[in-house]
Order: sequence, then C-alpha cells, then structure tokens
Amino acid sequence: MRWIWIDRILVLEKQHRCVAIKNISLAEELLRDHLPATECRPAFPVMPNTLVIEGMAQAAGILVGASNDFTEKVILAKISKASFFEAARPGFSLHFDATIERLDRQGASTHGTVQLIDPENGSRKPMAEIDLLFSHVDQNMAGLEFPDRNFVFTGQFMDLLRQSGFGDLIPTDFVEE
Amino acid sequence: MTITQEEVFSKVQEVLVDALGVDDDEVVPEAKLATDLGAESIDFLDIVFRLEKAFGIKIDQGEMIPDNVLNDPKYVQDEKVTDHGMQELRERLPHADLDAFDESRNVDEFSDIFTVDTVVKFVQTKLES
Repeated sequence: MRWIWIDRILVLEKQHRCVAIKNISLAEELLRDHLPATECRPAFPVMPNTLVIEGMAQAAGILVGASNDFTEKVILAKISKASFFEAARPGFSLHFDATIERLDRQGASTHGTVQLIDPENGSRKPMAEIDLLFSHVDQNMAGLEFPDRNFVFTGQFMDLLRQSGFGDLIPTDFVEE
Repeated sequence: MTITQEEVFSKVQEVLVDALGVDDDEVVPEAKLATDLGAESIDFLDIVFRLEKAFGIKIDQGEMIPDNVLNDPKYVQDEKVTDHGMQELRERLPHADLDAFDESRNVDEFSDIFTVDTVVKFVQTKLES
C-alpha cells in the first residue's frame, strides 16, 4: 500500500522550510466511505482531517529528516496543535507549508499551515494549522535499540524527493528499504 | 527588565497547560510533572521547546533534565543511584530538591523530582544567568 499523503514537494530548505502539495481526487478509495450518503443527506466526500495531519507530518518529517541528511529516524511524537477551518474536498488541492521552530539532537518542533487551493480561480483559503513534535528515536529511547537502517524514510519518500527535483539531498550512501 | 517569580510561574503554567493538556488549577507548585500531570518522556522535550519559546532562552540538551546519568552503570547500581550518581545529579540539577529522592534513590522514582516548582526555579536560574 502506498502510504503517502503528499504528491509533490515544491520547496525544501534544510533546517528551515518544506512546502508540499496534495491534490485530492474523487478516485481515492477512502472518499467513498468518508462520508457516505445517509437518509438525511447525500454523500459528502471529504479527506479526513486525520489524513491532513498525516500529510503535514510527512512534509514536516521530510524537512526534519533532510535537516540531518536523513541520518536520524524521525518519528512523529506529538500533535501539539491541530485546528481546521475548511473541509478538504475532492477537486481542490492542499498546500502544506511547514517550518522548523526548534531542532536539536533529540528532535524537532514544527509549525505548519495548510491552505485549500481552488483550481478554478487559484484562490486560497486557510484550511488548517498543525504544529507537530518529532523525536529522533535513537536519541530518546535509552536502553532500546533499533535497526541501523533508516526504516522511516522508505523508498516511497526517496522517490518523492527525486520526482520533485530534490534527489541531490539524498546522501549517496543512504540505504533504502 | 526583570521578571517576577509570579510572572515566571504564570508563563510556566501556560506552557504546561498547553503541553500536557491539563487545567490551570492542576498546575500548582508542588504538582509532579509525571505522576500528577501525566507527563511522558516525549512531553519533557516538548516542555523544553515551549519554555525556550516562551522565555526566549536556550536550553541545552540535558540541562533541565539530565540524560546519560540514570543509564550509566557508573552512577546506578541495582536500580539505585550511587553516591557518585547523587553527587553528579546535585551538580547538574541545582534547581531541583533532591533530598526526598536521596532517601530512596530508586531510579523509578526519579521523575518525581520534577515538580512545577522545579521548572519555575530552573527558568529563574536561566533568566538570571
């Protein structure tokens, strides 16, 4: 299964900012059941807000990972804030903009905004604000050991980086899953 | 401009309410971050980041909460902190009251030394330095 909730990275500035885009398509299977028609109303297909958070976690997580040349295993540890203002409906695009607030050896905190882009006229509306906390898992699990290989940044993420034109940020000795 | 102890407490209270999802009235000076306010290990990292932002200070890793002490056999034997370990903790945690912990020295009880008051004192020390 492809567990990737951003389609393309537009900006990736190490230790600073990542901007990514996600196009919401009615062909996505999950929209069939979210939300189905009831006796009271017709179907209302909308991308679940939890997956919008996942999209932000992927954009911000790639930013945190790239900031240390993907040497750390970056795990989403906490959703510090998640506020939503619009529904993520098919036919629209989500514009994820993540910036690093704090980065150190143990982890990072990020601030993120999501805008809903209407392709009809290019207008944008604030869709969500999502602040996250990431852990560098090898630095925070005293006594526990994880595999040497970086199991967080799978081939899916590395392919996304390459397809978005940021393949040069992947270290030449990086071992992909 | 100096910041009063009440102002430090108020900001620390706000940080802990946001980081731990607790109510204002739960954040009293004697409340233990882990036992009373439900802080887990990752919450301490979150709290450090939020304190930095709230007070405009830089907190180095291990400065507020020492790392690499409780998992170092030089400082811990049979799940209890040794004399050498206590000396190390007192040097690295001048803002904490370690007297109660010194009686048991059980590693499992270490997180109890981090009360709201400990955090306030730590921030005050940082602001004065």
